[in-house]
Order: sequence, then structure tokens, then C-alpha cells
Amino acid sequence: MAKFITSDKVYAWLEELGQKHEVLAPRNEGDSIVFKPYDSKKGFNIEREATAPPKKACFPQSETLVEFSHIKDLENPEKVALDVKETIPTSSWVVFGSRPCDARGFTMFDRVYLNGKHVDVYYKARRENTFFITLACEKGETTCFCNWVGSGPSDPTGSDVLMVPVDGGYFLEAVSERGESILDSSLLEDGGSKQADADKFRAEADQSMGEARDLSKAPAKLLEAFDDMDFWEAQSAKCLSCGACTYLCPTCYCFNITDESDGVKGERIRSWDNCMSNTFTLEASGHNPRPTKAHRLKNRVGHKFSYYPDLHDGVISCCGCGRCIKSCPVGVDIREIVLNAIAYEAKEKADG
Amino acid sequence: MASNPYLPAMATIQEVIQETPNIMTFRVTFNDPGYKEKFTFEPGQVGQLSAFGIGESTFVINSSPTRMDYLQFSVMRTGEVTDKLHTLKAGDQIGVRAPLGNYFPYEDMKGKDIVFVGGGIGMAPLRTLLYYMLDNRKDYGKMTLLYGARTPVDMAYQYELPDWLERDDLDTHLTIDAEYEGWEHNVGLIPNVLLDIAPKPKNAVAVTCGPPIMIKFTVQALAKLGFKDDQIVTTLEKRMKCGVGICGRCNIGTSYVCQDGPVYTYEQLKALPNEM
Repeated sequence: MAKFITSDKVYAWLEELGQKHEVLAPRNEGDSIVFKPYDSKKGFNIEREATAPPKKACFPQSETLVEFSHIKDLENPEKVALDVKETIPTSSWVVFGSRPCDARGFTMFDRVYLNGKHVDVYYKARRENTFFITLACEKGETTCFCNWVGSGPSDPTGSDVLMVPVDGGYFLEAVSERGESILDSSLLEDGGSKQADADKFRAEADQSMGEARDLSKAPAKLLEAFDDMDFWEAQSAKCLSCGACTYLCPTCYCFNITDESDGVKGERIRSWDNCMSNTFTLEASGHNPRPTKAHRLKNRVGHKFSYYPDLHDGVISCCGCGRCIKSCPVGVDIREIVLNAIAYEAKEKADG
Repeated sequence: MASNPYLPAMATIQEVIQETPNIMTFRVTFNDPGYKEKFTFEPGQVGQLSAFGIGESTFVINSSPTRMDYLQFSVMRTGEVTDKLHTLKAGDQIGVRAPLGNYFPYEDMKGKDIVFVGGGIGMAPLRTLLYYMLDNRKDYGKMTLLYGARTPVDMAYQYELPDWLERDDLDTHLTIDAEYEGWEHNVGLIPNVLLDIAPKPKNAVAVTCGPPIMIKFTVQALAKLGFKDDQIVTTLEKRMKCGVGICGRCNIGTSYVCQDGPVYTYEQLKALPNEM
């Protein structure tokens, strides 16, 4: 199904979607563009990639897993019962103006959260009830490398509707069955006549991307370099362990679970975690299998470009959005690290 | 496991045993009779115990699936969660997420001689397998146990040791690090005592757990005795949160210790990146 919407009607469309769903759209906040609940007074900004991805749509920065309360027996103060309740989300959401990398990022979650031995019921409840209306990119930024990791500037993977800018508005294409329900609106016109323009836009966007580097050797080469801490210390020399890369990454899915309590009541909460922090793997005994930032960066890059692909049919767990490069305060570039690993030669060989 | 892997099943503590100054054992039963009835696990699988308001930690189920009157967990006091768990007493409520992870390959061990080497709290995971095998004794060959602790006071399961020492279907050796008044057993580090006992590697499997440094030297001693990498089984500890292979912190390369482990042969560990 293909539709067309004129630019001036987009606001009305979002209002209409907002009657059935919670709508998240990117808008300016200071110098940043972030996804927020859509507010017609504040509008939206889809002119460029948002500073932070819409990761929180299906994976909130913190969310309650379980609520508990201690119930004292007044007749017998020694006896305390516990009431424990799960808190599965029940709403539905529309993410408007995500980019192809943002939507595709969730497919990296899906393999782990939905298709593993255990299903993450919280993620599932959000994922199945979140619709992605994704805007195709006109051209890559200097930090973009989605085409290196098996994607492209108008890749519809993980989206429900792909939105392509054309003269006077947007060409809208349903890319999933449920995307068609999103396009069922009297505000939209038939898009057939705009198909050719949309195809041209997409082809030019593909052309705008630089040459894709071959990362097929990355999984094996990263393992080959695993024990060479001199290599990893060099790669991580600049890193501050601040974790900005992990928080801004559409595919970073690690989390922590902590309890918060106030008197007799409390919540078990999951929050985004950061593998660049030294406490991420710190054990109660004081032992830490990843004691330095070199160990931690090695795991972060290793997970995305070696372990995950090894476990999931070669799929790299990076969507190439470039936010970790753009927002790193000291200019660590994950592309360089992966390419350095691919070019890595064991010391003995290099010396000999 | 419940359909929500993060939702603990509520259980009642039936009995608390102060094993050593810093180890407590909890015997628990699930509150829901239907859940209790259906609950099964394999020797070596772990569970997450909840101290609501503080958090969860992972412990091996150290009772045997052949004895389902209660589930037993031994908790060494090491941090905030274990501090809180140590305040619990019989009758108190506790949350349990179990079973998690893989288990000892007890089917593959059938017909073989078994050598258990446990150090300190590392005896806990061996205990589940030990009782499983004792309850299926005819399936296994000669069974040898070497259990060591720093001092006699640090030795858990003391009330079971007389039986273990007395049985003629189990060859039990105890050791402590240094001379101690009234101690009648071995004195010396576990790997050295193991070399003295010198179990035969032919058609045998060694199962070891303990502090990392003890495992390291025990594996060396076993190798010296002729045990091959695939004849050495151990069970690992890592910082874990979800326990179901999702939260992303307990991996060694592609292997998630909470789900693909905690039980590995030394051969499997050698094939993983060196990040213990």
C-alpha cells in the first residue's frame, strides 16, 4: 500500500494517531533533538538524525519490572507477608520520524529479547504495540556507515511505514501488515503517482553513501587480537569510560536490575546499563574480569562485531547510525577500531 | 520458570543453618502448591534469591533433584544482598527465580569414576551432584571426594561429614590449610593433597569448584595426574542480573555464563576467549 501526505497535513495526522496511541516524535531540546511525546505546540524536527535514538520506545531508560510490598501481620509482628506483582505495560505507541538505523536497531534486540530461550515479556509488550513511521535519509552524514553493516539510508527493516520525502510532502509505504492500519487515514491520498519520485530519492540516497567497507573478517580478527592488550590499550587510549556511546546506541541493550524501596513498598527496576563502567562486571569478591577500559572497550566492540554475529547468522549488532562517533567527547571512532582489528597482525608475525 | 522470567516465585524459608561464621544455608519451599508440585531442576542449575528492597543474587541449588522436600541454597556473606539474606529466619518469605543455566553432564558421566574437588563455598554445587549420584549410586564407578577449607571452622556441611567419611561407597578426604588443634584429617592445600591421593584418570571425570586460584592449581594438578581437558568439569561464577541470557554482563565471548553455563568442561573454557 502506498500513500501520499502533503507536508501541511502531517501535524493533523500526528494528532489523529495520538487519539489511539502515544506518539513519540523528535523535537528540539536545547542543542539536541530528542524523541518526546508529541506536543502540537512544540512541533517536531525531522530535518536531521536525532541526537538520541528512540530506544526508549521499546526499552525505557528505566522501567518497573515488579512491585512489592511487605505486609505486616498486626496480630503477629514477627510474621511479614510479601505481595509481589508484575507490571507489564499495556499501552500502544507510534514512533514518528525515526531513521532506518533507529528502527533496524530494534531487530538486534528482537533476536535476544524475543527469540532466545526466554522471552522478555516487558520488551515484547512494548515491541508488539509500537509502530515505527521511519523517514528515509536523503544522504549520509560523515559519521554514517549503515551501508557497512548490511543496511542503507532507506532500509525499511524493523519499520512499519517508510516515509520518503517527495515534492510537496511524503510518500508513505506500508512495510509491515500493521503498517497498513497506520496508513488508514482520510488525511492521506493515494501515493501511486509519487512512486517514481520516491524511488529516485532512495536511489540517490544510496549513491550518497561512501564505499562500504567489508567487515566479514571482523568476527575472527577481533578474536585473534583478543589477548593482545597492547593493541586494546592503544584502541582505548582516548576513552574516558563515560558511556555516552552506550546510552546513545540504538543496539546497546544491556541493563541492570536494582531495587528501590520506601518503607514497606518498593519496586524492582531495570535501567540501561553501561558496559564501559568498571562496575558492570565487578564481582562481590572484588574480582573483575574486565578491570580496565581496554578490557571493556574490547568487549563492547567484540560483542557488536564478533560475538553477536557469531550467534546470529553473521548479523552485526551495529546499525551504523554513527551517534557513538558523533557524541564521543574524545573522538573515539568505532569504525577505526574495527578496521584496525581487521588489519591486525599478531605480534610474532609483525616482528618477524 | 514462570512465563515472566523476571517474576520471582514466592517461597517460605523452612530452616536456616549457620554453616560457618559467614555461610548460611536456607531450605525453602514454594508457597504455591501447584508450582511446587511441577517444579523440577537438574543438578548444577542455579537460582536467583530475592531480598526485596535490596536486590537479587545467584546461588546454586545445592540440594539434589532426587530429594525434593525443599530446595537448599548456601549463601556466603559478601555484599548487600547477602547481608540482607543473612538476616532471614525460618518462616520468612523469599523470592526465587529458578532453575537457571545448564547443569552437570551427569548422563555422560555414567559408568565413570568421579572425583569431586571442592574448596570452601565451592562445595555447594558439588553437593547437589554428590547426592544425585549417591541416590543413583549403581550408575557410577568409584567416587572420591576431596573437600578443603581454610580452617575446620570454615567448612560447611559439617553435620554431613561423618556420614561422608563413613560411607564405603564414597572415598572422602578432608583438608585444611594449616595445622589446627583437634583436626584429624589432611593438612595442606587442595591441589597438593589431590596429588597425594592421586586418583586415576582412566575412565574418570573430575568435578571441581572453589575460589579461582584453587581451581587454577587444581586443574594443573589434575593435568599432572593425567586428566585431559574434557575430563575436568567446573562451574563458574560471574556477576549476573537477569539470569536468562539477556542483560549482557556475564558473557565470556559468545558464551553467557547464566544461560550457557555455569557448568563447563575445561576443554570448553579453553575454546572461549581468555576473560575469566
